[in-house]
Amino acid sequence: MCVVVLAASASAGEIPRAERRSGYDFMSRETRAMQDDDTANPGMLWVLEGESLWNKKTGDAGRACAECHADARVSMKGVAARHPSFDAARGRPITLEQRVNVCRVDRQKAPPLAYESRDLLALTAYLARQSRGVPIDVAIDARTQPFLDAGRATFYRRQGQLNLACSQCHDDNWGRRLAGNVVPQGHPTGYPLYRLEWQSLGSLQRRLRNCLIGIRAEPYEYGSAELGDLELFLMWRARGMTFEAPAVRP
Amino acid sequence: MASALINVPARAKRGEIIEIKALISHPMETGYRRTQLGALVPRDIIRLFVCTYNGTEIFRAELHPAIAANPFIVFSTVATESGTLAFHWTGDRGFSETESVAITVD
Repeated sequence: MCVVVLAASASAGEIPRAERRSGYDFMSRETRAMQDDDTANPGMLWVLEGESLWNKKTGDAGRACAECHADARVSMKGVAARHPSFDAARGRPITLEQRVNVCRVDRQKAPPLAYESRDLLALTAYLARQSRGVPIDVAIDARTQPFLDAGRATFYRRQGQLNLACSQCHDDNWGRRLAGNVVPQGHPTGYPLYRLEWQSLGSLQRRLRNCLIGIRAEPYEYGSAELGDLELFLMWRARGMTFEAPAVRP
Repeated sequence: MASALINVPARAKRGEIIEIKALISHPMETGYRRTQLGALVPRDIIRLFVCTYNGTEIFRAELHPAIAANPFIVFSTVATESGTLAFHWTGDRGFSETESVAITVD
């Protein structure tokens, strides 16, 4: 059976800042080589498609992202590393995917892109690529604090049929193995990423839903408040770590 | 889809061995998977990859269902003359992609 932390044993608690490591460090040499080479990284296929979508006129407004935002290499640098970020109109932090859809609906007068759709993945991959090398830095202030707290509560709450909390694997047992796989610390440093298991690029929320299914819990819906709060918490937990999107993971 | 990513050195010396990398977007559906309801998902793979150098074929690969999605093929050749490297993928359901890259050989 998998490694299970008994309630009686002391939990390791939050990972000390200096000990935080990206999932990159837990991968094999070959997988790391795949991520490091832009000509071999399958995630780059989505980045290239995102670039052409960025420049393509769309919606009833017949407007391309580039018309307002010009060269993404300049205007979008660091943006992905600062999301989820607070949106005044919605009164809560929103993810990068949601931010893209806000622009599509409000400014391009186009229908929102479905979560995990090819186009949304391509655009977010392109945007995330512009934050490569930037330290993760989500803004936590009076407005976002309640959502951070809600995300933290989810991270430490036991859930599902297996009654496990995220922290039990990713704070207390990172580096150890579960079913032969090394348990990473769970920092979203490389999303959206190409997961070899998926044979495709996928978002952080896809991965979170997989984890929830893995502990036999009802997964929160894409775009839900719960996943958004958790994403905010995970990015805060990874604050200062270097963004490396689009990553490759096993 | 931005279908293919090719990496060929832009310049090479005559007689030099160069490495060519080709990554193409394709689901490579094996034909052995089943849906949640038990129906077989039909095979949809790239079957053939050919590279020509100024019209002469220098590399050919036959692909089978065991090859993962988004096939990544790396091979080498000798840089003989300036010109065009053309890459052609063909597969099921009439799949056909061609990419060309120029190379300068000194």
